[in-house]
Amino acid sequence: MKNKSLVSISDYSKEEQIRILDLAEEFERNPTQKILENHVVATLFFEPSTRTRLSFESAVNRLGGKVIGFSDASTSSVQKGESLKDTILTVCNYSDLIVMRHPKEGSARYASEVGNVPIINAGDGANQHPTQCLLDLYSIRKTQGSLDNLNIAFVGDLKYGRTVHSLVMALTNFKSTFHLVSPFELKLPSYVKKHIKDKDLEYHQYTDLNEVIPHVDILYMTRIQRERFSDPMEYERVKNAYILTGSMLANSKPNLKVLHPLPRVNEISTNVDDMPQAYYFQQALNGVYVRQALMASILGVK
Amino acid sequence: MVEFREIFNMESKETRKELVVSAIENGTVIDHIPSKSVFQVIKQLNLHEYEDQLLVGTNLDSKKYGKKGIIKVQNRFFEQEEINKIALVAPTASLIMIKDFKVVEKKNVSIPDHVLNIVKCANPNCITNVEDINTKFYVVDKTDLKLQCHYCEKTIVKNNIIFK
Repeated sequence: MKNKSLVSISDYSKEEQIRILDLAEEFERNPTQKILENHVVATLFFEPSTRTRLSFESAVNRLGGKVIGFSDASTSSVQKGESLKDTILTVCNYSDLIVMRHPKEGSARYASEVGNVPIINAGDGANQHPTQCLLDLYSIRKTQGSLDNLNIAFVGDLKYGRTVHSLVMALTNFKSTFHLVSPFELKLPSYVKKHIKDKDLEYHQYTDLNEVIPHVDILYMTRIQRERFSDPMEYERVKNAYILTGSMLANSKPNLKVLHPLPRVNEISTNVDDMPQAYYFQQALNGVYVRQALMASILGVK
Repeated sequence: MVEFREIFNMESKETRKELVVSAIENGTVIDHIPSKSVFQVIKQLNLHEYEDQLLVGTNLDSKKYGKKGIIKVQNRFFEQEEINKIALVAPTASLIMIKDFKVVEKKNVSIPDHVLNIVKCANPNCITNVEDINTKFYVVDKTDLKLQCHYCEKTIVKNNIIFK
């Protein structure tokens, strides 16, 4: 997988994804290895994202590599009207790998075509965020022991949530059963459901969160945003229906883990944080190992 | 306007018929174009810059479709790739190749697998609408004509297709 850009999760086969997860396990056991000492990684954040950028930069630093880049387009030449193509061609001269977040959808694919160094997409608008997907897969495998044949619930905004779409698609390789919990307005789009149907897998749709909790291995929570609703009264009606509280987990399976891509607002009560089912902060830490694995693999040092 | 009357020889059947748009000696007749798409076909095939004879008719009576458009291009035969472009704007179109006023071949258009640089992405947040990029789409549904943008991965349905 040397020099292989990761723009969309489907760019990597199931086997390649598993290879990254296996490698990430190795980095979890031994996170500080000076294997990128001769490498420069550029982190180009055309829109701010503290969590993702720090996770990538932490991953590079722990491997002894150097990071260059910017965290806000207003401090770069984009401000002067430079095209994305020119920025990428220039940065290619200075780095061995580009990690990029950009507000426009398709920007990472385009960058991977114009540049001559590999690109890792750290989010292109509402389109893809494949390293989030890999760290979700890693978290699921780690907590459940396997990725196969699990019951996975997705809760909240299933219509617009890009992390949900990518993860659903990736999990269809592992024979999951999908439990889709959302208000009617925010149901999983049919083009994503098509991937489930194409693999002959089961999915169930719910509007009630309580109904699904006792039956699932993973509860993947997402935030419902007010601006997604055309009718503000509708938002007021549903906003509290998808908040997870500690007492709701009383009848959960012993292996249940709650995941969330973060940042959380109020969709998981803070009284869940200290419960054994809460896994979202550990999930964010796993992002560092997965990104170490991905970069080491693309740079050909692992 | 000069009126033309002549024998129009099509396949084995000879029909006597008045031609609203005059015949060409050699070249291609693009027939059964939806009337509203005639000028789009001209644009997609760059015929507005064509320097030989070009005969265009639109809103003509058609037994099959009610109304139709027709374009006759003297001394020009199209490559399959060009013909496929026509399919997107005029899926009902058929092509008739003429040599010495006689039909030598007929072809129907078919929807291609890829659509390169003729359609604009309908997603305003797509990078192709910001930078100067040749667009590229995968045809994911040929029957209902659905295109998926190679860049932003969004799907465009038939009614939202905008030509560049």
